[in-house]
Amino acid sequence: MPKIKLAEKTITQIKEVCAKFNHEEGELINVLHQVQGRLGYLPAEVQEVIARELNMSVAKVYGVVTFYSFFTMLPQGEFPISICMGTACYVRGAEQVLSEFKRQLKIEVGETSADGKFSLSSLRCVGACGLAPVVTVGEKVYGRVSPQQVSKIIAEYQEGCPAESKSA
Amino acid sequence: MADYKMHVLVCGGTGCKASQSELIKKNFQNQLEERGLDQDVQVIHTGCFGFCEQGPIVKIQPDNTFYVGVTPEDSREIVEEHLIKGRKVERLLYTDPTTLGQITESKNMDFYKKQVRVALRNCGFINPENIEEYIGNNGYAALGKCLEELSPEQAIQTIIDSGLRGRGGGGFPTGLKWDITRKVEHEQKYVVCNADEGDPGAFMDRSILEGDPHTVIEAMAICGYCIGANKGLVYIRAEYPLAIQRLKTALRQARQYGLLGQNILGTDFDFDIEIRYGAGAFVCGEETALIHSMEGKRGEPTFKPPFPSQEGYLGKPTNVNNVETFANVPPIITKGAEWFSSIGTEKSKGTKVFALAGKINNVGLIEVPMGTTLREVIYDIGGGIKNGKEFKSVQTGGPSGGCLTKAFLDTPIDYDNLLAAGSMMGSGGMIVMDEDDCMVSIAKFYLEFTLDESCGKCTPCRIGNKRLHEILEKITEGKGTPEDLTKLRMLSHVIKDSSLCGLGQTSPNPVLSTLDNFMHEYEAHINDSTCPAGQCKALLQYIIDDEKCTGCTLCFRNCPVGAISGEKRSPHYIDQTLCIKCGACYEKCKFDAIKIA
Repeated sequence: MPKIKLAEKTITQIKEVCAKFNHEEGELINVLHQVQGRLGYLPAEVQEVIARELNMSVAKVYGVVTFYSFFTMLPQGEFPISICMGTACYVRGAEQVLSEFKRQLKIEVGETSADGKFSLSSLRCVGACGLAPVVTVGEKVYGRVSPQQVSKIIAEYQEGCPAESKSA
Repeated sequence: MADYKMHVLVCGGTGCKASQSELIKKNFQNQLEERGLDQDVQVIHTGCFGFCEQGPIVKIQPDNTFYVGVTPEDSREIVEEHLIKGRKVERLLYTDPTTLGQITESKNMDFYKKQVRVALRNCGFINPENIEEYIGNNGYAALGKCLEELSPEQAIQTIIDSGLRGRGGGGFPTGLKWDITRKVEHEQKYVVCNADEGDPGAFMDRSILEGDPHTVIEAMAICGYCIGANKGLVYIRAEYPLAIQRLKTALRQARQYGLLGQNILGTDFDFDIEIRYGAGAFVCGEETALIHSMEGKRGEPTFKPPFPSQEGYLGKPTNVNNVETFANVPPIITKGAEWFSSIGTEKSKGTKVFALAGKINNVGLIEVPMGTTLREVIYDIGGGIKNGKEFKSVQTGGPSGGCLTKAFLDTPIDYDNLLAAGSMMGSGGMIVMDEDDCMVSIAKFYLEFTLDESCGKCTPCRIGNKRLHEILEKITEGKGTPEDLTKLRMLSHVIKDSSLCGLGQTSPNPVLSTLDNFMHEYEAHINDSTCPAGQCKALLQYIIDDEKCTGCTLCFRNCPVGAISGEKRSPHYIDQTLCIKCGACYEKCKFDAIKIA
């Protein structure tokens, strides 16, 4: 992966977050949550800054980032698509829905489409098992999704952001 | 609920929110304001009603009318007809599937009749964002009773006598755990609430936090009083934004009312609670892993002893309980140990919340007394199997549990019976499967989960589960051999016996229980290269029956990869080299002409 040069502004932002938590090593997870919340993802260069600020090794930071599924080192698409792979959704056909998304977007789970529009992930139970199988795009939840509806969902976002995806 | 004449309770649980219940609430408010009724009728977002299958749900009080499947557009009709003219909107009432009669009140529905609500007592009844409603429903009375009437020892004795056991999975007696932590001498101790619900297909804890956050706060304060801790921590999944928001609101209100902070209720007891965020790791449900995660580290478990009650968070004595366990505590204190222990079976007292899901008619959140049979849960409360299909299996305990067959339908549910049956209580996920589910694939599905979530610290779990998964993959691809079955069983036992923590020690359970209960399905995959449920793609083919095919072209039009060809009004044909086996043609065909072979 090519090295990214972080903007001064980004570095200041990261330092601010670390300062807010008193540069304490024990607050690493909180720091990561906030930094990812601001930047969208946690590339290696960001982790280096955090490690320096919290006075710990980069390896330790990397160890924590890669341990938890919530943290990502890759930028997300404009419309992150998540397919619930909880058991309830699985037995109601989530796997077929997921493979249809993979086929149509031509990306694997964890990847982002070439145009930067969509990224694909699977998650474990959003707690809407009554609507299984469930797909979320950003904040919007789609319930009882069948593989046949996949192209329709993707099309909704292809021409830009539909009004309702913001309101949900 | 002081000045209002009527209340509109709109379900604000995750499932209903996903079906626009926020907009429903807003529309109700607009409708009422337009008619100048907003001072007479109050609209409230409650926690989960439980009957998620029929959501979004709206309940009208005081007459308790229970509307199901409400859309944002329906609010006008409910306001005009019901609230103003007093006529129920019949088309939105629940229809009983057997009698086909309409039922207006939830207590008369089969789904609710057999339920006993202790942990969920307030979910769907009170506004979770208003502490006064919780107090109005006997809230914080238990904390008051403890501080004023009971010594810590007496309160702990009440919990011990009640027979309450941990609802997070293992079922360790809660009172005993408190007692152990109390007896460790240290100036700083911690109470931790485990709200890191990672079990796929389970949403009990989140629903309690969303529907009744104060009960958890109250119970944590009681626990703090009992064990001698003045600091509480809630470890919650960052993926639960609604639960976090409601918990934060509740904490703020509790502090305002002097129920958290210093000198609670005028006594010398101080207690406050902080929130810690998880970041998505199933293993963090394990106590020691959870504690490491709270310390900002990788959530890897460590060997016990020392137990958290001796050396926990930051090396201090720590008592960890799960959300549902805490939710049971206030009613035990107010109503007494005898009341609680009168519910349930000999060794499992009280009730248990289950997230009932899968191929069942009434998906939802339920709470039943321990000792209720699986049949009662699946058929009476759950309304039986979806689309009239045949029941095959019920999976309890999530990735740590097992798949039970028809033979276990009349087994009373409690910790020991489930364990004896080769499954476990777990946190309360209950997934029902029908004849179309391949049990080998289900075992593989759970192992995929374990593989993802294994922290990698100990070898049996890290590598053993990987090998188990590979063997299962081989079998579902039709490449399995009879020796694989022996290997599966042996390896499973090795992993169980030698893994460091609960995750590895239970991860082979789905494999073992399916081997025990569904051996014939494994054998069919291996010996006959067939998948009896028609799920394993490598082993099936979609074929068009020439005699039944009318050439309607429906399959041709629905095939996403253009694998189907044929002239109009003459039989069609599927090109097997192009077919991706998505099943779209099979589902669309109106003439039953597409066969799975």
